[in-house]
Amino acid sequence: MKLMASKIAASVLVAALIMTSCKDNDDTPLAEVSPSLSFTHNWDGVPVENADYQNTTYVNERGESLTISKLVYLISDIAFTDAQGNSFSAGDYNLVDAREGVNLSFTPDVVIQEGTYNVSFTFGFDDEDNAGDYPDLNTADGGVWIVPMMLGGGYHYMKLEGKYLNTQTIPETEVGFAYHAIRANDNSTNPITLQDTSFTVDLGDVVIEEGTNIEVQMNVAEWFKNPHTWNLYELFSMLMPNFNAQILMSENGADGVFSRGN
Amino acid sequence: MTLKNGIYGILILVATACMGDDASTYTATPAELDIPPFFESSILPPEIPRDNPLTAEGIALGKALFYDHILSANNTQSCASCHLQSGSFSDPNPFSVGINGSLGTRNSMPLFNLAWNRRGPFNWDGSAATLEDQIFEPVTNPLEMANTWSNAVAALQNSGTYPELFDAAFGSTTIDSVKVSKAIAQFVRTLISGNSKFDRYLNGQEDLTEAQERGMNIFLDETRGDCFHCHGNPMNPLWTDNRFHNNGLDEFFSDRGLGAVTGDPRDDGLFRTPSLRNLSFTAPYMHDGRFNTLDEVIDHYSEGLVYSETVSPLLKKISEGGVGLTPEEKADLKAFLLSLSDPSFTTDAEYQPN
Repeated sequence: MKLMASKIAASVLVAALIMTSCKDNDDTPLAEVSPSLSFTHNWDGVPVENADYQNTTYVNERGESLTISKLVYLISDIAFTDAQGNSFSAGDYNLVDAREGVNLSFTPDVVIQEGTYNVSFTFGFDDEDNAGDYPDLNTADGGVWIVPMMLGGGYHYMKLEGKYLNTQTIPETEVGFAYHAIRANDNSTNPITLQDTSFTVDLGDVVIEEGTNIEVQMNVAEWFKNPHTWNLYELFSMLMPNFNAQILMSENGADGVFSRGN
Repeated sequence: MTLKNGIYGILILVATACMGDDASTYTATPAELDIPPFFESSILPPEIPRDNPLTAEGIALGKALFYDHILSANNTQSCASCHLQSGSFSDPNPFSVGINGSLGTRNSMPLFNLAWNRRGPFNWDGSAATLEDQIFEPVTNPLEMANTWSNAVAALQNSGTYPELFDAAFGSTTIDSVKVSKAIAQFVRTLISGNSKFDRYLNGQEDLTEAQERGMNIFLDETRGDCFHCHGNPMNPLWTDNRFHNNGLDEFFSDRGLGAVTGDPRDDGLFRTPSLRNLSFTAPYMHDGRFNTLDEVIDHYSEGLVYSETVSPLLKKISEGGVGLTPEEKADLKAFLLSLSDPSFTTDAEYQPN
């Protein structure tokens, strides 16, 4: 499995670096550290806290009023790449439940020397990881994180759920939306057409030292904004089997949803 | 260790054990759940509380208590009075009748595969954090056993058999409510259902009918049944997310469900998702047993949904009552759902009183 291979490779590299490197003219080896990540969520800069779910009304780019009731998402393959291009990744993953405050902090199973690294992760699972079988993810989110085989199998990348206000009805009505990101699939073809819609999030260069925590910010509003202005009237539900909707989600996600905080 | 072996073990232990109260050095016979292979390979194992490990003696004691009327105030009811094995350990009546003839307010939940509700909570409304906690309540509920724990414990303590059984299970003849709840919880954790037709289909031992296969596709199709977002999928043998949802039953709530427990209006009208296993035996359906048949349940999701403020966003076309399945689709979906029933569970002698 790729994850394990990456982990071993990372360990060997770290060991090699530890044995051969020194700080300038000092023989003291660089300290080994395990940086952590923390996850925060906002709507265009305003923090989204537990009390906001189902209560706070947000207005998306298209002017649609909505509330959020659930935000759970998966990230994987957190990687630390040094200036020489050596990448250190345990290949592990973290399922964040923003509303319930679960897994808001995560320490990848990797040990690296202090220094400057480019930090990145994958939103969702790439195809290789998505083909794996993970009992913890089969159990996660009440056991409903799995994607049915008829939709290509694998796992959800994100469940963003809530209600928007349909102002085109009299009286106005609240309508549920389920912005569920998965691998794009079209089962009208035989065999099913699949497209990897996970994407890499580049958090930029970070000086990693003892106790470093990297804040990963999600701006929820961006899922509805760039480059595609989301139309909830058209794309509110039944999005998992909608190939084009999954492409749109992926492109919006890759464009400004995530950023580094501290 | 199987339950039968465990029972033999307890008999030997009871016959040979001294009657001392030295709980600190006593260790009962460790027991393990008989987990179906597919459960083992697909989902995380049950979390057994560290302070209530499974033991042969504890399970045997729990079963004895589960079927014994001694816990009720007038010695007329046991846990099994409202949790009948023939009903997958639920009650065929919408509301169970207590010892005083009073009706409960919710349908008795079936009892199986609860060991996998790893983090809880339990009950329709999540009012019990653990299985052990859940067992405390019915004994003193005036609509159920209407007893006090002091009376129940005294009756057990004064009985001819229970002090020895508690000694075998917990190393002390002194009985208390905590030990009672622990023993029954141990027994309930052994109630495992994993031998439905669909389980055998997954194991390659049996084929589904064409109707059942079509029904499975409806179940998993987000544009039709979309049942999987709350009830899981073939990779998860529990067929429930063990979470809480408002599934569009009512515009206004006479029963706030989870909301009454948490005090959070966002939880009003939310109830725990029941498993779809053993629907052949668990009628009537819903927290209040309002639907007598599975057809009524399917009709509800197809065209009977009602809007309320906390209704699940996952429910579609609520303004139209639902997704509007055709009669053929409904029949196929029903056929699939019934393939999740496990008759061997409702007749398993291991779960019957000795």
